[in-house]
Amino acid sequence: MRSRFALSLTLLALTASLTGALAGPGGNAGSVSGTVTFTGTPPKMRPIDMSKEPSCAAQHATPLMNETIVSGPGNTVQNAVVYISAGDQPSAAPTQTVRYDQKGCEYLPHVLVMHAGQPLEIYNDDQTSHNIHPLARTNPEWNKSQPPGSPAIKATYAQPEFIPVKCNIHPWMHGYFVVLNTTHGVATGNDGKFSIAGLPPGKYTVTAWHEKFGTLSQEIEITGSSAATANFAFKALPY
Amino acid sequence: MQRIFLRGCAAGFGLLLSAAGVLAAQAQSVSHVGNLTGNAAAGAREYRRYCVGCHGQAGDGLGENAMWVDPRPRDFTAAVFKCRSTPTGTLPTDDDLYRSVTRGFVTTNMPSWEPLTRQARANVVAYIKTFSSRWSQGPGTPIPVPPETPATMESILHGRQLFQSMECWKCHGAAGHGDGPSASTLTDSKDNPIRPYNFASGSRFKCGDSNADLYRVFMTGLDGTPMPSFADNIQPNDAWDLVHFLRTLQPMPSPEAALWQAWLPGHAGELKPIGPD
Repeated sequence: MRSRFALSLTLLALTASLTGALAGPGGNAGSVSGTVTFTGTPPKMRPIDMSKEPSCAAQHATPLMNETIVSGPGNTVQNAVVYISAGDQPSAAPTQTVRYDQKGCEYLPHVLVMHAGQPLEIYNDDQTSHNIHPLARTNPEWNKSQPPGSPAIKATYAQPEFIPVKCNIHPWMHGYFVVLNTTHGVATGNDGKFSIAGLPPGKYTVTAWHEKFGTLSQEIEITGSSAATANFAFKALPY
Repeated sequence: MQRIFLRGCAAGFGLLLSAAGVLAAQAQSVSHVGNLTGNAAAGAREYRRYCVGCHGQAGDGLGENAMWVDPRPRDFTAAVFKCRSTPTGTLPTDDDLYRSVTRGFVTTNMPSWEPLTRQARANVVAYIKTFSSRWSQGPGTPIPVPPETPATMESILHGRQLFQSMECWKCHGAAGHGDGPSASTLTDSKDNPIRPYNFASGSRFKCGDSNADLYRVFMTGLDGTPMPSFADNIQPNDAWDLVHFLRTLQPMPSPEAALWQAWLPGHAGELKPIGPD
Protein backbone atom coordinates (compact mmCIF):
# COMPACT_ATOMS: atom_id res chain seq x y z
CA MET A 1 0.00 0.00 0.00
CA ARG A 2 2.71 2.36 1.04
CA SER A 3 4.93 1.46 -1.92
CA ARG A 4 2.11 2.15 -4.36
CA PHE A 5 1.51 5.55 -2.76
CA ALA A 6 5.23 6.34 -3.00
CA LEU A 7 5.22 5.25 -6.64
CA SER A 8 2.35 7.59 -7.52
CA LEU A 9 4.16 10.43 -5.73
CA THR A 10 7.31 9.75 -7.74
CA LEU A 11 5.30 9.67 -10.96
CA LEU A 12 3.70 12.97 -10.04
CA ALA A 13 7.09 14.53 -9.36
CA LEU A 14 8.44 13.16 -12.65
CA THR A 15 5.55 14.61 -14.66
CA ALA A 16 5.98 17.93 -12.89
CA SER A 17 9.69 18.11 -13.65
CA LEU A 18 9.11 17.05 -17.27
CA THR A 19 6.49 19.72 -17.87
CA GLY A 20 8.80 22.18 -16.13
CA ALA A 21 11.63 21.27 -18.54
CA LEU A 22 9.31 21.67 -21.52
CA ALA A 23 8.45 25.19 -20.46
CA GLY A 24 12.04 26.40 -20.73
CA PRO A 25 12.96 29.37 -22.95
CA GLY A 26 12.11 28.64 -26.56
CA GLY A 27 10.22 25.56 -25.44
CA ASN A 28 6.58 24.72 -25.89
CA ALA A 29 5.21 27.58 -23.77
CA GLY A 30 2.29 29.91 -24.26
CA SER A 31 1.39 33.23 -22.76
CA VAL A 32 -1.57 35.25 -21.63
CA SER A 33 -1.98 38.98 -21.96
CA GLY A 34 -4.69 41.56 -21.67
CA THR A 35 -5.80 44.84 -20.18
CA VAL A 36 -7.29 45.73 -16.82
CA THR A 37 -9.95 48.44 -16.92
CA PHE A 38 -12.86 49.63 -14.82
CA THR A 39 -16.41 50.74 -15.55
CA GLY A 40 -18.42 53.25 -13.57
CA THR A 41 -17.34 56.27 -11.58
CA PRO A 42 -14.31 55.84 -9.37
CA PRO A 43 -13.96 57.93 -6.22
CA LYS A 44 -12.04 61.15 -6.79
CA MET A 45 -8.44 60.89 -5.64
CA ARG A 46 -7.32 63.90 -3.68
CA PRO A 47 -3.93 65.58 -3.49
CA ILE A 48 -1.82 64.63 -0.46
CA ASP A 49 -0.93 67.39 1.98
CA MET A 50 2.75 66.86 2.79
CA SER A 51 3.26 70.22 4.50
CA LYS A 52 4.20 68.44 7.73
CA GLU A 53 7.18 66.92 5.92
CA PRO A 54 8.75 69.78 3.90
CA SER A 55 11.72 67.67 2.71
CA CYS A 56 9.24 65.37 0.93
CA ALA A 57 6.85 68.07 -0.25
CA ALA A 58 9.81 69.75 -2.01
CA GLN A 59 10.36 66.63 -4.14
CA HIS A 60 6.97 66.92 -5.82
CA ALA A 61 6.51 69.79 -8.28
CA THR A 62 2.77 69.19 -8.19
CA PRO A 63 1.23 67.60 -5.11
CA LEU A 64 1.24 63.80 -5.15
CA MET A 65 -2.24 62.34 -5.56
CA ASN A 66 -3.65 59.57 -3.40
CA GLU A 67 -2.67 56.30 -5.10
CA THR A 68 -5.56 54.05 -4.09
CA ILE A 69 -6.88 54.13 -7.65
CA VAL A 70 -4.52 55.18 -10.44
CA SER A 71 -5.92 55.09 -13.92
CA GLY A 72 -4.83 55.96 -17.45
CA PRO A 73 -6.71 57.05 -20.59
CA GLY A 74 -9.59 54.68 -21.41
CA ASN A 75 -10.23 53.82 -17.74
CA THR A 76 -7.22 51.54 -17.52
CA VAL A 77 -6.21 50.40 -14.06
CA GLN A 78 -2.64 50.78 -12.82
CA ASN A 79 -1.28 48.82 -9.83
CA ALA A 80 -3.55 45.83 -10.36
CA VAL A 81 -1.79 42.49 -9.95
CA VAL A 82 -2.56 39.79 -12.50
CA TYR A 83 -1.34 36.30 -11.62
CA ILE A 84 -1.95 32.62 -12.20
CA SER A 85 -3.96 31.56 -9.16
CA ALA A 86 -4.52 27.92 -10.11
CA GLY A 87 -3.07 25.39 -12.52
CA ASP A 88 0.53 26.55 -12.25
CA GLN A 89 3.47 24.27 -11.53
CA PRO A 90 5.09 24.69 -8.12
CA SER A 91 8.03 27.05 -8.47
CA ALA A 92 11.11 27.80 -6.39
CA ALA A 93 11.68 31.32 -5.12
CA PRO A 94 13.85 33.39 -7.50
CA THR A 95 17.16 34.40 -5.93
CA GLN A 96 17.25 37.92 -7.33
CA THR A 97 16.32 40.63 -4.85
CA VAL A 98 13.21 42.76 -5.24
CA ARG A 99 13.60 46.40 -4.26
CA TYR A 100 11.14 48.70 -2.49
CA ASP A 101 11.92 52.40 -2.23
CA GLN A 102 10.67 55.20 -0.05
CA LYS A 103 11.22 58.38 -2.02
CA GLY A 104 9.48 61.71 -1.57
CA CYS A 105 7.36 60.04 1.13
CA GLU A 106 5.95 57.72 -1.50
CA TYR A 107 6.32 53.97 -1.93
CA LEU A 108 7.95 52.99 -5.22
CA PRO A 109 6.48 50.84 -6.58
CA HIS A 110 3.10 51.31 -4.95
CA VAL A 111 2.44 47.57 -5.32
CA LEU A 112 5.43 45.24 -5.16
CA VAL A 113 5.01 41.70 -6.49
CA MET A 114 7.32 39.01 -5.14
CA HIS A 115 7.53 35.25 -4.79
CA ALA A 116 7.22 33.64 -1.37
CA GLY A 117 10.75 33.30 -0.02
CA GLN A 118 12.22 35.83 -2.45
CA PRO A 119 14.73 38.27 -0.87
CA LEU A 120 13.34 41.78 -0.38
CA GLU A 121 15.31 44.97 0.30
CA ILE A 122 13.70 48.18 1.51
CA TYR A 123 15.48 51.51 1.01
CA ASN A 124 14.92 54.95 2.49
CA ASP A 125 16.00 57.54 -0.09
CA ASP A 126 14.54 60.44 1.90
CA GLN A 127 16.01 62.97 4.30
CA THR A 128 13.52 61.94 6.95
CA SER A 129 12.91 58.85 9.07
CA HIS A 130 10.34 56.33 7.96
CA ASN A 131 9.00 53.32 9.74
CA ILE A 132 8.11 50.34 7.57
CA HIS A 133 5.09 48.57 8.96
CA PRO A 134 3.81 45.71 6.78
CA LEU A 135 0.50 44.65 8.35
CA ALA A 136 0.91 40.93 7.71
CA ARG A 137 -1.49 38.43 9.23
CA THR A 138 -0.41 35.08 7.84
CA ASN A 139 3.26 36.05 7.93
CA PRO A 140 4.78 37.61 11.07
CA GLU A 141 4.00 41.31 11.52
CA TRP A 142 7.02 43.52 12.17
CA ASN A 143 7.61 47.25 12.33
CA LYS A 144 11.06 48.81 11.90
CA SER A 145 12.30 52.37 11.88
CA GLN A 146 14.64 53.48 9.10
CA PRO A 147 16.35 56.86 9.59
CA PRO A 148 17.87 58.61 6.54
CA GLY A 149 21.07 57.00 5.29
CA SER A 150 20.60 53.73 7.14
CA PRO A 151 21.26 50.47 5.29
CA ALA A 152 18.52 48.56 3.48
CA ILE A 153 16.13 46.50 5.58
CA LYS A 154 16.28 42.89 4.40
CA ALA A 155 13.27 40.63 4.71
CA THR A 156 11.53 37.63 3.17
CA TYR A 157 7.95 36.43 3.40
CA ALA A 158 7.51 32.68 3.57
CA GLN A 159 3.74 32.52 2.96
CA PRO A 160 1.74 33.94 0.04
CA GLU A 161 -0.24 36.96 1.26
CA PHE A 162 -1.49 40.40 0.21
CA ILE A 163 0.15 42.64 2.81
CA PRO A 164 -0.79 46.31 3.25
CA VAL A 165 2.29 48.39 4.06
CA LYS A 166 2.21 51.69 5.89
CA CYS A 167 4.41 54.28 7.49
CA ASN A 168 2.97 55.45 10.78
CA ILE A 169 4.99 58.68 10.76
CA HIS A 170 3.57 59.74 7.37
CA PRO A 171 -0.04 58.55 7.41
CA TRP A 172 -0.56 59.09 3.68
CA MET A 173 2.05 56.46 2.79
CA HIS A 174 0.28 53.26 1.77
CA GLY A 175 1.48 50.40 -0.37
CA TYR A 176 1.23 46.66 -0.84
CA PHE A 177 3.51 43.66 -0.79
CA VAL A 178 1.91 41.00 -2.96
CA VAL A 179 3.55 37.70 -2.07
CA LEU A 180 2.63 34.94 -4.54
CA ASN A 181 3.52 31.28 -4.76
CA THR A 182 3.98 31.59 -8.51
CA THR A 183 6.53 33.39 -10.67
CA HIS A 184 3.67 34.17 -13.07
CA GLY A 185 2.41 37.43 -11.60
CA VAL A 186 2.82 41.07 -12.66
CA ALA A 187 1.57 44.50 -11.67
CA THR A 188 -0.07 46.56 -14.41
CA GLY A 189 1.35 49.84 -15.63
CA ASN A 190 -0.58 53.00 -16.38
CA ASP A 191 -1.93 51.49 -19.62
CA GLY A 192 -3.50 48.63 -17.61
CA LYS A 193 -1.71 46.08 -19.80
CA PHE A 194 -0.11 42.87 -18.58
CA SER A 195 1.60 39.90 -20.16
CA ILE A 196 2.53 36.62 -18.56
CA ALA A 197 4.81 34.34 -20.58
CA GLY A 198 6.31 30.90 -20.08
CA LEU A 199 3.09 28.97 -19.47
CA PRO A 200 3.25 25.28 -20.45
CA PRO A 201 0.11 23.87 -22.10
CA GLY A 202 -2.74 23.37 -19.68
CA LYS A 203 -5.73 24.97 -18.00
CA TYR A 204 -5.18 27.97 -15.75
CA THR A 205 -7.11 30.38 -13.60
CA VAL A 206 -5.96 33.96 -14.12
CA THR A 207 -6.81 36.38 -11.32
CA ALA A 208 -6.64 40.16 -11.27
CA TRP A 209 -6.39 41.82 -7.85
CA HIS A 210 -6.73 45.48 -6.99
CA GLU A 211 -6.51 47.02 -3.52
CA LYS A 212 -9.82 48.87 -3.91
CA PHE A 213 -11.71 46.96 -6.59
CA GLY A 214 -11.17 43.43 -5.24
CA THR A 215 -10.52 40.37 -7.40
CA LEU A 216 -11.75 38.97 -10.70
CA SER A 217 -10.85 35.57 -12.14
CA GLN A 218 -11.22 33.76 -15.43
CA GLU A 219 -10.23 30.40 -16.88
CA ILE A 220 -7.89 30.10 -19.84
CA GLU A 221 -6.42 27.19 -21.74
CA ILE A 222 -2.97 27.17 -23.31
CA THR A 223 -2.40 24.73 -26.17
CA GLY A 224 1.06 24.51 -27.66
CA SER A 225 2.61 27.94 -27.66
CA SER A 226 -0.67 29.79 -27.99
CA ALA A 227 -1.16 33.34 -26.77
CA ALA A 228 -4.35 33.61 -24.72
CA THR A 229 -6.17 36.82 -23.96
CA ALA A 230 -7.75 37.74 -20.65
CA ASN A 231 -9.25 41.18 -20.17
CA PHE A 232 -10.57 42.27 -16.81
CA ALA A 233 -13.13 45.01 -16.17
CA PHE A 234 -13.66 45.99 -12.53
CA LYS A 235 -16.83 47.76 -11.47
CA ALA A 236 -16.21 51.01 -9.64
CA LEU A 237 -19.10 51.44 -7.24
CA PRO A 238 -20.08 55.03 -6.50
CA TYR A 239 -20.01 55.93 -2.83
CA MET B 1 -10.30 -1.66 -7.03
CA GLN B 2 -7.23 0.43 -7.50
CA ARG B 3 -9.21 3.57 -6.84
CA ILE B 4 -10.46 2.18 -3.53
CA PHE B 5 -6.90 1.29 -2.72
CA LEU B 6 -5.71 4.84 -3.36
CA ARG B 7 -8.59 6.28 -1.39
CA GLY B 8 -7.61 4.09 1.52
CA CYS B 9 -4.07 5.41 1.19
CA ALA B 10 -5.30 9.01 1.22
CA ALA B 11 -7.51 8.44 4.25
CA GLY B 12 -4.64 6.79 6.10
CA PHE B 13 -2.37 9.67 5.23
CA GLY B 14 -5.02 12.16 6.41
CA LEU B 15 -5.37 10.33 9.72
CA LEU B 16 -1.61 10.40 10.15
CA LEU B 17 -1.59 14.15 9.47
CA SER B 18 -4.34 14.90 11.96
CA ALA B 19 -2.62 12.75 14.55
CA ALA B 20 0.53 14.80 13.96
CA GLY B 21 -1.54 17.98 14.36
CA VAL B 22 -2.89 16.84 17.73
CA LEU B 23 0.62 15.93 18.86
CA ALA B 24 1.91 19.36 17.79
CA ALA B 25 -0.93 21.08 19.65
CA GLN B 26 -0.08 19.13 22.78
CA ALA B 27 3.60 19.90 22.41
CA GLN B 28 2.96 23.63 22.18
CA SER B 29 0.49 23.72 25.04
CA VAL B 30 2.99 23.88 27.87
CA SER B 31 4.88 26.88 29.21
CA HIS B 32 8.14 27.10 31.10
CA VAL B 33 8.42 29.90 33.61
CA GLY B 34 11.39 29.55 35.94
CA ASN B 35 11.06 26.12 37.54
CA LEU B 36 7.33 25.92 36.76
CA THR B 37 5.76 24.05 33.87
CA GLY B 38 2.40 25.47 32.84
CA ASN B 39 -0.28 23.13 31.58
CA ALA B 40 -2.79 24.32 28.99
CA ALA B 41 -5.65 22.06 30.11
CA ALA B 42 -5.40 23.53 33.62
CA GLY B 43 -4.93 27.00 32.13
CA ALA B 44 -8.17 26.64 30.19
CA ARG B 45 -10.07 26.46 33.49
CA GLU B 46 -8.45 29.66 34.78
CA TYR B 47 -8.99 31.31 31.42
CA ARG B 48 -12.72 30.51 31.40
CA ARG B 49 -13.10 31.97 34.84
CA TYR B 50 -10.94 35.11 34.67
CA CYS B 51 -10.04 35.98 31.06
CA VAL B 52 -12.99 34.96 28.90
CA GLY B 53 -15.12 38.04 29.69
CA CYS B 54 -12.81 40.27 27.68
CA HIS B 55 -10.61 37.97 25.58
CA GLY B 56 -13.48 35.70 24.53
CA GLN B 57 -14.08 31.97 24.32
CA ALA B 58 -12.10 31.75 21.08
CA GLY B 59 -9.29 33.99 22.35
CA ASP B 60 -10.11 36.50 19.61
CA GLY B 61 -10.46 39.47 21.96
CA LEU B 62 -14.22 39.59 21.40
CA GLY B 63 -15.52 38.65 24.84
CA GLU B 64 -18.81 40.12 25.99
CA ASN B 65 -17.10 43.08 27.69
CA ALA B 66 -14.83 43.80 24.75
CA MET B 67 -16.99 46.44 23.11
CA TRP B 68 -16.75 48.64 26.21
CA VAL B 69 -13.03 48.23 26.57
CA ASP B 70 -10.52 50.66 25.06
CA PRO B 71 -7.82 49.78 24.14
CA ARG B 72 -9.39 46.55 22.90
CA PRO B 73 -8.52 43.24 24.58
CA ARG B 74 -5.68 41.34 22.93
CA ASP B 75 -6.66 38.98 20.10
CA PHE B 76 -4.64 35.83 20.83
CA THR B 77 -5.54 34.28 17.47
CA ALA B 78 -3.33 36.90 15.75
CA ALA B 79 -0.41 36.07 18.08
CA VAL B 80 0.92 39.64 17.95
CA PHE B 81 2.16 40.97 21.31
CA LYS B 82 3.36 44.39 22.44
CA CYS B 83 5.56 43.58 25.41
CA ARG B 84 8.38 41.27 24.39
CA SER B 85 12.05 40.72 25.03
CA THR B 86 12.35 39.36 21.47
CA PRO B 87 12.91 41.20 18.14
CA THR B 88 10.04 42.72 16.17
CA GLY B 89 8.07 40.15 14.15
CA THR B 90 8.84 37.28 16.54
CA LEU B 91 6.80 35.68 19.30
CA PRO B 92 7.40 36.56 22.95
CA THR B 93 8.94 34.12 25.41
CA ASP B 94 6.85 32.36 28.06
CA ASP B 95 8.50 34.66 30.59
CA ASP B 96 7.36 37.73 28.66
CA LEU B 97 3.73 36.53 28.66
CA TYR B 98 3.97 35.52 32.31
CA ARG B 99 5.26 38.98 33.24
CA SER B 100 2.47 40.65 31.24
CA VAL B 101 -0.21 38.57 33.00
CA THR B 102 1.40 39.29 36.36
CA ARG B 103 2.00 43.00 35.81
CA GLY B 104 -1.21 43.88 33.96
CA PHE B 105 -1.24 46.92 31.69
CA VAL B 106 -1.55 50.33 33.30
CA THR B 107 -3.94 52.76 31.56
CA THR B 108 -5.91 49.78 30.17
CA ASN B 109 -8.58 47.44 31.55
CA MET B 110 -6.08 44.60 32.00
CA PRO B 111 -5.46 44.24 35.74
CA SER B 112 -2.52 42.61 37.45
CA TRP B 113 -3.18 38.90 37.99
CA GLU B 114 -0.67 38.57 40.78
CA PRO B 115 -3.43 37.29 43.13
CA LEU B 116 -3.47 34.04 41.11
CA THR B 117 -0.83 31.50 42.08
CA ARG B 118 2.37 31.38 40.04
CA GLN B 119 1.35 27.96 38.78
CA ALA B 120 -2.07 29.25 37.67
CA ARG B 121 -0.46 32.12 35.74
CA ALA B 122 1.97 29.73 34.05
CA ASN B 123 -1.01 27.52 33.10
CA VAL B 124 -2.84 30.49 31.58
CA VAL B 125 0.27 31.32 29.53
CA ALA B 126 0.32 27.75 28.20
CA TYR B 127 -3.36 28.02 27.26
CA ILE B 128 -2.97 31.39 25.51
CA LYS B 129 -0.47 29.73 23.19
CA THR B 130 -3.10 27.28 21.88
CA PHE B 131 -5.05 30.00 20.06
CA SER B 132 -2.66 30.43 17.13
CA SER B 133 -0.79 27.92 14.99
CA ARG B 134 2.05 30.44 14.85
CA TRP B 135 3.21 29.08 18.21
CA SER B 136 4.53 25.98 16.47
CA GLN B 137 7.51 28.18 15.50
CA GLY B 138 8.54 29.01 19.05
CA PRO B 139 9.58 32.41 20.40
CA GLY B 140 12.32 34.71 19.09
CA THR B 141 15.73 35.02 20.72
CA PRO B 142 15.65 37.76 23.37
CA ILE B 143 17.66 40.82 22.40
CA PRO B 144 20.75 41.43 24.54
CA VAL B 145 20.45 44.21 27.11
CA PRO B 146 24.03 45.22 28.01
CA PRO B 147 24.78 46.68 31.47
CA GLU B 148 23.41 50.17 31.93
CA THR B 149 25.86 53.04 31.42
CA PRO B 150 26.10 55.74 34.16
CA ALA B 151 23.31 58.31 34.05
CA THR B 152 25.29 61.52 33.52
CA MET B 153 24.31 64.92 32.19
CA GLU B 154 26.33 64.13 29.05
CA SER B 155 24.34 60.93 28.53
CA ILE B 156 21.02 62.75 29.01
CA LEU B 157 21.95 65.46 26.51
CA HIS B 158 23.03 62.90 23.94
CA GLY B 159 19.76 61.07 24.50
CA ARG B 160 17.97 64.33 23.81
CA GLN B 161 19.81 64.60 20.47
CA LEU B 162 18.65 61.10 19.60
CA PHE B 163 15.06 61.98 20.53
CA GLN B 164 15.39 64.69 17.87
CA SER B 165 17.33 62.76 15.20
CA MET B 166 15.37 59.48 15.50
CA GLU B 167 12.22 61.60 15.16
CA CYS B 168 10.60 60.29 18.35
CA TRP B 169 9.02 63.74 18.66
CA LYS B 170 6.94 63.24 15.51
CA CYS B 171 4.57 61.08 17.53
CA HIS B 172 5.54 61.64 21.16
CA GLY B 173 5.81 65.43 20.83
CA ALA B 174 8.63 67.86 21.60
CA ALA B 175 8.00 67.65 25.35
CA GLY B 176 6.93 63.98 25.29
CA HIS B 177 3.26 64.81 25.79
CA GLY B 178 2.15 62.39 23.05
CA ASP B 179 1.10 65.29 20.84
CA GLY B 180 3.55 65.23 17.90
CA PRO B 181 2.45 66.12 14.35
CA SER B 182 1.65 62.47 13.45
CA ALA B 183 0.00 61.59 16.79
CA SER B 184 -3.60 62.21 15.76
CA THR B 185 -3.34 59.93 12.72
CA LEU B 186 -2.11 56.78 14.47
CA THR B 187 -3.98 53.50 14.32
CA ASP B 188 -3.04 50.03 15.52
CA SER B 189 -2.94 46.98 13.25
CA LYS B 190 -6.69 46.52 13.64
CA ASP B 191 -7.34 50.10 12.52
CA ASN B 192 -8.35 51.27 15.99
CA PRO B 193 -7.08 54.75 16.93
CA ILE B 194 -4.14 54.60 19.31
CA ARG B 195 -2.26 57.26 21.27
CA PRO B 196 1.49 57.58 21.62
CA TYR B 197 2.69 57.39 25.23
CA ASN B 198 2.44 60.68 27.10
CA PHE B 199 5.55 60.84 29.30
CA ALA B 200 4.07 63.66 31.37
CA SER B 201 0.98 61.65 32.35
CA GLY B 202 2.83 60.13 35.30
CA SER B 203 1.66 56.62 34.44
CA ARG B 204 4.10 53.76 34.50
CA PHE B 205 5.24 52.22 31.22
CA LYS B 206 3.01 49.46 29.88
CA CYS B 207 5.83 46.96 29.53
CA GLY B 208 7.43 47.37 32.95
CA ASP B 209 8.86 50.33 34.83
CA SER B 210 12.60 49.63 35.02
CA ASN B 211 15.19 51.30 32.79
CA ALA B 212 15.83 47.93 31.14
CA ASP B 213 12.11 47.61 30.30
CA LEU B 214 12.22 51.04 28.68
CA TYR B 215 15.36 50.02 26.75
CA ARG B 216 13.49 46.97 25.43
CA VAL B 217 10.45 48.98 24.32
CA PHE B 218 12.22 50.92 21.60
CA MET B 219 14.70 48.16 20.69
CA THR B 220 11.99 45.52 20.16
CA GLY B 221 9.14 47.83 19.13
CA LEU B 222 5.58 47.25 20.29
CA ASP B 223 4.21 44.89 17.65
CA GLY B 224 0.68 45.60 16.47
CA THR B 225 1.13 49.32 17.21
CA PRO B 226 2.82 52.17 15.30
CA MET B 227 5.87 51.95 17.64
CA PRO B 228 8.68 50.51 15.48
CA SER B 229 11.86 48.70 16.46
CA PHE B 230 15.02 50.82 16.52
CA ALA B 231 17.33 47.85 17.04
CA ASP B 232 19.03 48.33 13.64
CA ASN B 233 19.53 52.06 14.12
CA ILE B 234 20.51 52.69 17.75
CA GLN B 235 23.72 51.32 19.29
CA PRO B 236 23.44 49.93 22.85
CA ASN B 237 25.32 52.83 24.50
CA ASP B 238 23.20 55.35 22.63
CA ALA B 239 20.08 53.44 23.64
CA TRP B 240 20.95 53.89 27.32
CA ASP B 241 21.44 57.64 26.66
CA LEU B 242 17.94 57.78 25.21
CA VAL B 243 16.56 55.92 28.25
CA HIS B 244 18.21 58.49 30.54
CA PHE B 245 16.72 61.37 28.60
CA LEU B 246 13.22 59.83 28.52
CA ARG B 247 13.28 59.63 32.32
CA THR B 248 13.64 63.44 32.47
CA LEU B 249 10.32 63.78 30.62
CA GLN B 250 8.46 61.98 33.40
CA PRO B 251 7.12 63.84 36.43
CA MET B 252 8.06 61.15 38.95
CA PRO B 253 11.39 61.37 40.78
CA SER B 254 14.34 59.52 39.27
CA PRO B 255 18.13 60.05 39.38
CA GLU B 256 17.98 61.27 35.77
CA ALA B 257 15.19 63.76 36.47
CA ALA B 258 17.08 65.08 39.52
CA LEU B 259 20.23 65.66 37.42
CA TRP B 260 18.21 67.36 34.71
CA GLN B 261 16.31 69.66 37.05
CA ALA B 262 19.54 70.74 38.77
CA TRP B 263 21.25 71.43 35.45
CA LEU B 264 18.43 73.07 33.51
CA PRO B 265 17.99 76.49 35.23
CA GLY B 266 21.54 77.60 34.35
CA HIS B 267 21.54 76.16 30.83
CA ALA B 268 18.05 76.43 29.36
CA GLY B 269 19.27 78.91 26.72
CA GLU B 270 21.83 76.41 25.35
CA LEU B 271 19.20 73.89 24.28
CA LYS B 272 18.13 73.79 20.65
CA PRO B 273 14.36 73.30 20.63
CA ILE B 274 13.15 69.83 19.60
CA GLY B 275 11.03 69.74 16.46
CA PRO B 276 11.31 70.43 12.72
CA ASP B 277 14.70 71.89 11.64
